[in-house]
Amino acid sequence: MTASNVDQAPGRKSGAGGTALTLLAWLIGITMFFPILWVVLTALKTEQTAFSMTPTFIFSPTLESFRSALAQGSGYWHYALNSVITALGSTLVGLALAIPAAYAMAFYPSRRTDFTLVWMVSTKFIPAVGVLIPVFLVYRSLGLLDTRLGLTMLFTAMNLPIMVWMVYSYFRDIPVDIVEAASIDGASTTQTMFRVILPLALPGLASTGLLALILAWNESFWSLTMTDYHAATLAVYTASFKSGEGLFWARLSAASVLTIAPIVVLGWFAQRQMVRGLTFGAVK
Amino acid sequence: MSAPSTNAPPQRRAPTKRLMAPSVLFLLVWMIVPLAMTLYYSLQDYNLMMPNTRGFAGFLSYELLFTDPVFWDALLNTLLLVATCLLVTVVAGLALALLFNRTFVGRGIARTLAISPFFVMPVVTGLIWKYMLLDPVYGLFSWVMRSVGLEPIQWLSSYPLLSVVMMISWEWTPFALLILLTGLQSLPEDQLEAVRLDGANRWQEFRHIVLPHLGQVLYVVIMLESIFFLTSFAEIYATTSGGPGTATTNLPYYIYLSAFFQYDIGLSSAAAVGAVILANIFAIFLIRFVAGNLNAGSQR
Repeated sequence: MTASNVDQAPGRKSGAGGTALTLLAWLIGITMFFPILWVVLTALKTEQTAFSMTPTFIFSPTLESFRSALAQGSGYWHYALNSVITALGSTLVGLALAIPAAYAMAFYPSRRTDFTLVWMVSTKFIPAVGVLIPVFLVYRSLGLLDTRLGLTMLFTAMNLPIMVWMVYSYFRDIPVDIVEAASIDGASTTQTMFRVILPLALPGLASTGLLALILAWNESFWSLTMTDYHAATLAVYTASFKSGEGLFWARLSAASVLTIAPIVVLGWFAQRQMVRGLTFGAVK
Repeated sequence: MSAPSTNAPPQRRAPTKRLMAPSVLFLLVWMIVPLAMTLYYSLQDYNLMMPNTRGFAGFLSYELLFTDPVFWDALLNTLLLVATCLLVTVVAGLALALLFNRTFVGRGIARTLAISPFFVMPVVTGLIWKYMLLDPVYGLFSWVMRSVGLEPIQWLSSYPLLSVVMMISWEWTPFALLILLTGLQSLPEDQLEAVRLDGANRWQEFRHIVLPHLGQVLYVVIMLESIFFLTSFAEIYATTSGGPGTATTNLPYYIYLSAFFQYDIGLSSAAAVGAVILANIFAIFLIRFVAGNLNAGSQR
């Protein structure tokens, strides 16, 4: 099957070579995805079929592992709730902090706002281990260790530079005349921001929130070092499967699927935002 | 102050300081103050197990750090990890980006499948690889090896660092692919057509048009990935725990061990200062780049 090469430039015919490249691209896509598919398949097996030297590709699927992973005593819900609260919480706090800052930077640019923006971006490049020890000690003395509040704030700090950057870049797409017109009409800064700009930038704000949510959900470093049980997220839950010899692979897989599925699916819709947010405007 | 001056041109005013202050303060409290404290702790003799001996120690922690063979192992592992993962992800990412830049049936779906690993939580990536793929008896890789009549490889014990490289590369090749593909799609078509009319072959086309165009994008990918690879942690935590021995102990894991298992605040802080310096080597270039872009685009 040869693709209809609509954007193929003149002078480049695609024949058998083109078909081969198409097959190769598909093969690579499937290979890259295969480990994820394999976890899903393993999660649908019985423990016996899951743990065998010869892998089975055709089997009658069972939801038994999902049932036991979601059962009362498994603890999944406790960790999932923490993941939801910290990821959503940090996204909302992040947006609340980022919107005003980005508003100032985008609509009232000056040397100072430019400098502040670059400075904020630069804090993203401080490795987490660089601040791990003081954060741990201060949290310990303030009683913030293993609390959702403490973890949420760390997620916020981690994502804030990216969020400010993204909101800023969406605000810059809005003509500055709109802000001027609003202020001539006598609207205050707060009114202009909430009534005029935010509705216009809503899709951009949603994209920013989506990216922040994905990054916070997958964050593992702070969860593994700062929490133990009370505020522990799914990263800590799945990490607890790392030891133990007589492992239950089907259950491990079911827990993994429950942990990654929502975010992988969200990620499919966030590919463009990923590029925009993580490269700080260097790639368009 | 309340009455606007009538003869001055209408000026846009906003309380920019007040609008930015919350974000600035937040980052100061959660990033900059702790960073300064790390620097301070690195000059202290401070072990949580010996609270009475705390005091200023000058560069003692750094001396201890530099004479600790494990630190040098960790530094070497970190650099090896960064270099190998960079090589794999950038080369593979570029090849895949070129492959996915063509139009073909189901391109969007195939690309989405290829990008998916990037959205998998690193801890889960570690577990999938450790058990379901690399397990010497029950893993898929071992089954493939046995099927073709070869002896299965004890990946995590015989080639621990390589195993970690495979995991991280699986996660990050999609990132390089995604960004390089975006870069490729902004390549002006008329430039390509011009050289094609001049009779350039595919290689010349790639060498003289595509690569220079991608230069900037490649630069950004390399810098960003370097910083992320320097701080790899979860994959190692979930699989090898830095072992066997110190084979997969990188700088973040070393800092984690010396802080949370040896309770040595001075030593771990000194190592953390090292990690920050290392990250800064890459970050400085990136930040200049971001700042430059900002000024270039600010004629609005």
